[in-house]
Amino acid sequence: MIRQSATQMAAALADGSTTSVELTKAHLAQIAAVDGQVKAFLHVDADGAFAQASAVDAKRKSGEKLSPLAGIPLALKDVLAQRGVPTTAGSKILQGWCPPYDSTVVSKLKNAGLVILGKTNMDEFAMGSSTENSGYGPTFNPWDLTRTPGGSSGGSAAAVSAFQAPLAVGSDTGGSIRQPAALTGIVGVRPTYGAVSRFGLIAYSSSLDQAGPFGRTVLDTALLHEVMAGHDPKDATSINAPVPAVVAAAKSGDVKGMKIGVIKQLQGAGYQKGVQARFDESLQVLASLGAEIVEVDCPNFEYALAAYYLIAPSECSSNLARFDAMRYGLRTGDSGGASAEAVMSATRDAGFGREVKRRIILGTYALSSGYYDAYYGSAQKIRTLIIQDYAKAFTQADVLVSPTAPTTAYKIGEKVDDPMAMYLGDVATIPVNLAGICGMSLPAGLAQEDNLPVGFQIMAPAMQDQRLYQAGAALEAALLTKWGAPILSQAPVLAGGK
Amino acid sequence: MALPTYEEVVAKWDPVLGLEVHVELNTHSKMFCSCATEFGAAPNTQTCPVCLALPGALPVVNEKAIESTILIGLALNCKIAPYSRFARKNYFYPDMPKNFQISQYDEPICFDGYVDVEIDTEEGPKKFRIEVERVHMEEDTGKSLHVGGATGRIHGADYSLLDYNRAGIPLVEIVTKIVPGTGKYAPEVAKAYVAELRDILRGLKVSDVKMEQGSLRCDANVSLKPIGSDVLGTRSETKNVNSLRSVERAIRGEMIRHAELLNEGKKVKQETRHFQEDTGLTRSGRSKEQAEDYRYFPDPDLLPVTPAAAWIEELRATLPERPSLRRKRIKEEWNVPDKEMQAMINADVLDIVEATVLLGADPTKARTWWLGEISRIANDQNIAVTELAITPTDVAELVALVAAGELTDKLARQVVEGVIAGEGKPAEVVAKRGIKVVNDDGALMAAIEKVCAEQAETAEKVRGGHLPAAGALIGAVMKETKGQADAARVRELLLGHLGQA
Repeated sequence: MIRQSATQMAAALADGSTTSVELTKAHLAQIAAVDGQVKAFLHVDADGAFAQASAVDAKRKSGEKLSPLAGIPLALKDVLAQRGVPTTAGSKILQGWCPPYDSTVVSKLKNAGLVILGKTNMDEFAMGSSTENSGYGPTFNPWDLTRTPGGSSGGSAAAVSAFQAPLAVGSDTGGSIRQPAALTGIVGVRPTYGAVSRFGLIAYSSSLDQAGPFGRTVLDTALLHEVMAGHDPKDATSINAPVPAVVAAAKSGDVKGMKIGVIKQLQGAGYQKGVQARFDESLQVLASLGAEIVEVDCPNFEYALAAYYLIAPSECSSNLARFDAMRYGLRTGDSGGASAEAVMSATRDAGFGREVKRRIILGTYALSSGYYDAYYGSAQKIRTLIIQDYAKAFTQADVLVSPTAPTTAYKIGEKVDDPMAMYLGDVATIPVNLAGICGMSLPAGLAQEDNLPVGFQIMAPAMQDQRLYQAGAALEAALLTKWGAPILSQAPVLAGGK
Repeated sequence: MALPTYEEVVAKWDPVLGLEVHVELNTHSKMFCSCATEFGAAPNTQTCPVCLALPGALPVVNEKAIESTILIGLALNCKIAPYSRFARKNYFYPDMPKNFQISQYDEPICFDGYVDVEIDTEEGPKKFRIEVERVHMEEDTGKSLHVGGATGRIHGADYSLLDYNRAGIPLVEIVTKIVPGTGKYAPEVAKAYVAELRDILRGLKVSDVKMEQGSLRCDANVSLKPIGSDVLGTRSETKNVNSLRSVERAIRGEMIRHAELLNEGKKVKQETRHFQEDTGLTRSGRSKEQAEDYRYFPDPDLLPVTPAAAWIEELRATLPERPSLRRKRIKEEWNVPDKEMQAMINADVLDIVEATVLLGADPTKARTWWLGEISRIANDQNIAVTELAITPTDVAELVALVAAGELTDKLARQVVEGVIAGEGKPAEVVAKRGIKVVNDDGALMAAIEKVCAEQAETAEKVRGGHLPAAGALIGAVMKETKGQADAARVRELLLGHLGQA
């Protein structure tokens, strides 16, 4: 049962062949069996999950009209506030904090009847690409437990690929949904900036952060996308426009006559051979389905990484200032006559990890008087140039494509002491965030040299998220026909799991 | 060396002012969340995830606050920016929950305005134009209460209590350009400017403008340069100036303190100073010689503020009359003597008197009621006139009743008492208390005859042409009729009775 898609589970719920409580039990059993190996969850909320599952079952029994995903279990990245449930953003500084309020995403999930199984591991405050920066230890890739599942939403991606949940919510500031989706062989979407409310999403970089869905199929992901998205008056940057018809697009899955642009700068040198091979193969598949493949030039993408590593740390240096031991979370050094300043300082020293400190220091420096124009100011200009690159490219193509990540999953510890190598892994995903547009990663097969999943990235203009699903569903269907079975069927079955 | 006198200071030095006024807007909700803003609530009861800066919470701009700020800008003759942004001002302090303040930095919503003020001098009234550099929006911080220690400040305190009710209250900061050329009048000009601002803001109904509650706060920057010099001196910034009188005292005090230092060849330190109400002196605060780096950057959680030109014009059309012009007009229209005009302004009854006049009351009568009997009762109860249960409608009705001869002034005072005591509208009080003017000439004549018989000697004096003596007889008749008689009619009848009509 747990190996089915969310769509199949929803059908089983609808025809009465299973219940939400049964589904919840089965997934909690899988978590109990395998999470000691995967470590996808920071907190499992069995009581809350059963309460919601029973409530949905009762409503279904009484004949109440339910939303399509009602009763389906889901894993929630620990970056989203959930009332009364520990929420840490992967940081020791928030250990034990239980929000007194629900994020808008959580409210929407609850209203749609989804069953939140628990909170998933992540790089501390979403800063990282491997989940190794979590204050609570790394998450392991279900394909190979010696490897990282990617990050920062590594816990959510691992949970879905290890069949601990059919769906998960992540957040993507520089690729934190798409890259782990690629590394674990699942589908992940970063919606258009402003499409999903950030209210209750613990901020890393406010102008780049965006929550989004994970699923094992394009349609499942679209169904969750539709639940999460929509205007929210509590988020000033939320877009007040109808949610694009993503579910309809995922169901139609047609690329005939669609112009697909390959970004010259995001391929070739620097990309693992097997990654490039699977990417090229997918392009051929799309061409065979009637898509027109063109090459587009985005010359300013080479500065994207540099701009990102000025903007994101700058914003985070300010966003994370609130963690000061005064009102919630960790407090250390509060003894005798310690001043408020000394307590703040000791707490931040003890509570923040190395990468978080590195980015706070970087951002503080970049914003300081005399350096602002050279760093933050220049980065914003690059951002404008990247927006222009995309605008031009989208006059030549309906969607743009690239490999999601330059490599397949790497070993835990391999890049942890080399931040630059780690940062380079986000080279293909970061431009989407800088431009505020949307992107999807879906499985393109396994790299020949290591038998690990490769992600295929599709990008579309702002509020044209349906194009991702339309192209993604077409590619997914063609590849499934080619492979004969979903890619996750090739992943090893974890000890004790199903 | 003794402190120089103020006359010595201004004989040698030329003061340059700069005034920053913070105004708490009276919006029902905070700047970036829907929490209530009422003054004086129990600590931390007006808070939410947003103003407590809980992880994940986001600010959303209060549209009403933007409207109020634009109104202020328009009233101060400012230009309104078609595009302005909020920025984050980053610094750590326990009563600032986010450890950054959302403010406006290099893109204020209003800029380049002015306020004209007039002060009385020995050479007659003198006008000064205070140029306004900018008007911008920001949020207030919470309040710290430092317990223990001698000074009530954070240093030396045993512990501190934090109240976040004020955190996020909309603040508007009004910053002047440097104000040169006020000479010896600098303290009075500053006071007049703050007073004019207060009146303008009150007229706009955008703030309670209560200096004692901190809804209007002034930071006064002062520097001195030798008379005739073009080079600005070093300034000090005095905070915590919580009354109009204190504005004047603080500036005068700082001018003397600066002059003393400069006369001795010492330097003025660029610093923040705190005004002490009790001594009128300032105390050294934070040094500002090394500019703090607030690492301002545009707040990515908020959209730019882009008021439509048509909306700005709509708001401009609603601007009330400028207070100084209004005072001038009222003074002329009602023919009010200077002293009385000042009394009305000081007693803060101009609005209510005007409202009464607009309801048809004679301006002099209306003014006399509000400034006299009603103000007296308010003073006795130690509350504002506007807090009494008597309205302009009541007073207009009262004036009309007196004019119609249905009440005497004396009787009307009883009616005022009744209205304030909650006995109803004037007509109801009249009915309930059975107050009525005795205008039955027969009854009056009986009283007059009785009084003249009792005070035959006085009556004879009047009969002999000594009219001033009539006052005592009239008073006695009034007493006889329990004050319900019309004194003018009594006089008329009495004089007739004694052959003096």
